[in-house]
Amino acid sequence: MDHLTSYLVLSAILFSLGLYAVVTRRNAVAMLMGVELILNATNINFIAFSKYVTHSLDGHLISIFVIMLAATEAAVALAIVLNLYNDRGHINLDEANSLKQ
Amino acid sequence: MIKLALFILFLPLLSFALQIFFGRRFEDKKGEWVSIGIQFTTLILALIMFVMMLLKYDPNFSIEVQRPWLDLGLFKIDLGFYIDNITVIMLTVVAIISSLVHLYSTAYMAGDVRYSRYFGFLGLFTFSMNGIVLANSMFMIYMFWDLVGLSSYLLIGHWWEKDSAANAGKKAFLTNLVGDIGMFTGMLIIATVLGTFNFHQVAERIHDGVWAANAGMLFGGIAPHKLLTIAGILVFMGAVGKSAQFPLHVWLPDAMEGPTPVSALIHAATMVAAGVYLTVRIFPILTADAMATIALVGGFTAMYAATIAITQNDIKKVLAYSTVSQLGYMIMALGTGAYVAGFFHLVAHAMFKGALFLASGSVIHAMHHSLHELDDHETDPQDMRNMGGLRSKLPITFVVFLITSASISGIPFFSGFLSKDAILAGSWAYAAHVHEGWLAQMHLAWILPVFGFGAAAITAFYMFRLIFMTFYGEPKKPEIFKRIQESPRVMTIPLLVLALLSLFILFTLPSVNPFSNQGWLTALVHAPESAVTTGPAFQLEHFEHALHGAHLPAMITSLTVATLGILLAILMYLLNKVSPERLAAKMGAIYRGSFNKWYMDEFYINGIIRPFLRGCDALGRFDLEFYDHYLINGWGRNTKRTSRGIGMADDLIVDGAVNFSGIIFQWLGWTLKFIQTGKIQNYLIFVLIGAALLFVVNVF
Repeated sequence: MDHLTSYLVLSAILFSLGLYAVVTRRNAVAMLMGVELILNATNINFIAFSKYVTHSLDGHLISIFVIMLAATEAAVALAIVLNLYNDRGHINLDEANSLKQ
Repeated sequence: MIKLALFILFLPLLSFALQIFFGRRFEDKKGEWVSIGIQFTTLILALIMFVMMLLKYDPNFSIEVQRPWLDLGLFKIDLGFYIDNITVIMLTVVAIISSLVHLYSTAYMAGDVRYSRYFGFLGLFTFSMNGIVLANSMFMIYMFWDLVGLSSYLLIGHWWEKDSAANAGKKAFLTNLVGDIGMFTGMLIIATVLGTFNFHQVAERIHDGVWAANAGMLFGGIAPHKLLTIAGILVFMGAVGKSAQFPLHVWLPDAMEGPTPVSALIHAATMVAAGVYLTVRIFPILTADAMATIALVGGFTAMYAATIAITQNDIKKVLAYSTVSQLGYMIMALGTGAYVAGFFHLVAHAMFKGALFLASGSVIHAMHHSLHELDDHETDPQDMRNMGGLRSKLPITFVVFLITSASISGIPFFSGFLSKDAILAGSWAYAAHVHEGWLAQMHLAWILPVFGFGAAAITAFYMFRLIFMTFYGEPKKPEIFKRIQESPRVMTIPLLVLALLSLFILFTLPSVNPFSNQGWLTALVHAPESAVTTGPAFQLEHFEHALHGAHLPAMITSLTVATLGILLAILMYLLNKVSPERLAAKMGAIYRGSFNKWYMDEFYINGIIRPFLRGCDALGRFDLEFYDHYLINGWGRNTKRTSRGIGMADDLIVDGAVNFSGIIFQWLGWTLKFIQTGKIQNYLIFVLIGAALLFVVNVF
């Protein structure tokens, strides 16, 4: 198993774990943590491809962007979660379904 | 000359406008004298023209001016004046009679309810009549033709409170329209073939063969000559209406409902002569057949009307039928080709018949006054049976009556003798020597002199019957007789002037032979050569040659018959040797026929008007019960039914389609809403599935 493949496998495992967390966790914060896992899986992919395929720093640059976006996303999402908690006293996503028809 | 003519034409219109717009305000301030002043100015202008004509003394004198009026590209209508000697003489005649009638009316119409309006309409009439006289095209004549018809209608109906007057006006108007329709059709035929209404161009183009070239092609292969005959007779129909020729004469006697000066001006001297004038103007384009028809119509009318005049008791009715008869003479003269004689008789007749009517007006006026004083509203002031012996009371009127009756009866030394003699000589010459025209070909031409001389005898008889019944014998109603007074001077002066104008010498100067009509009039007026080249036409030279020989026998015969007529009148009404009543009883049917005007009115009412109205009624019912009921309303019902069907289809199909799509989307929405759980993780799963699907699709 060469280096690129091992990174991609790691990234795939990380993505799957994140996805699993996003889909299954009832807790909003846990779901956000899953999202972070997915984002980081992509970061690993960017950097791996950048290092072994294109031999440039483009991937690194985008990764820094993604980390920054993840931070913003976390800030916004946590603010929503906080409001959800203030409103309902819990952050259970199964019960936050008042947008359904 | 043109400027003078313009003034003569438009001054009376000014008089009309002034009287209509301001007349009422000046009624008690002698406002009518403005009109009279205008009229006499016109007379002076006309006399200036007349003198200018005499100084030129040129039989071929003519001027024409015209301006475009309607320009439709290929088809143009010009209006303009055509002035020749005939025009000038006519203008003078109209101006003389019109101004004298204006003057006369101030006394006759004094205190009338619509005094100023009456003078206004006289002005309108004079304007229109001058328009006819000056017109250079049939189209312009037609315009003024109906204007004189209108003023005649307005003046006949001057006392419209009387039903008889209102009806007489209507009758005159409608009867004239029958003729006008023919005239208009004829004009249109001529204009279609030749492209012009102008008298001169029409004659010229016919002469140059344009008619022969175009007529057949335009009118379905009809022979050009036949079409020209038809067109000529159709245009002549206008004259039949306006000049009261048989069978459209019925309006003229009824028109006597109008004021007597109007009868003198319009229904004796000028307007009714317009038909003769029209025939004069179209004379060159008449074919021999058309002329034969015209001559027969004229001759028959002359005889027919004379036979009615002998039994009438209303003084104006006698004169009215006499007018119809005399107009018949003029028309017959033109039909036989005695062009100059016809026109001469028109002028002479205008003078003596104008005088006769004004004189009868004087008698009626006197009778009316007397009746008014007696407070008698039952007795008819126009019935000659109420008169008698008026000679001593109305000396001036009597003298005028005597002179003018002598003139109309054809007694030497008076104008009527000369003109009538020329007409009779013309009819004689026509019968003896002319071979063109259907009348001659059917050997019927001798009927014209028979009619002519017969009518001459009857004319002399009824005129002297009128004089004897009115002015001689014992007064029939002494009460009325006692209060009769001669009319005022403004009435008697016009009478005397017109009586003077009936003397032969005024028409024969510079010659003074009372038995020959040679004079300025015959020198200045010449029959035009016929322009007809398509077939048999009037041969001027041939006719004039024949006329020469016919003169003496015609004169002797006419004098004889006139004397016979007068003698009979003397025997019956002056010496009472023959009782009119017994003669009437012996003649039975003939007397009744004449007295009832040969039942012509009854024929029209029962034979034409009633069936026509019944036809209208039937058509109206048909309209209502069939057309309206089945077609109009039926159509409505069907539309309603169809609409209802279409409405249903709309509801079912169009709306159904719309609603159906709505229903589908409602159902779709209803079904799909269950996907929207509001749970974010479900959505994520959908996204995953979608991505997986895309992946699968892309890879495989």
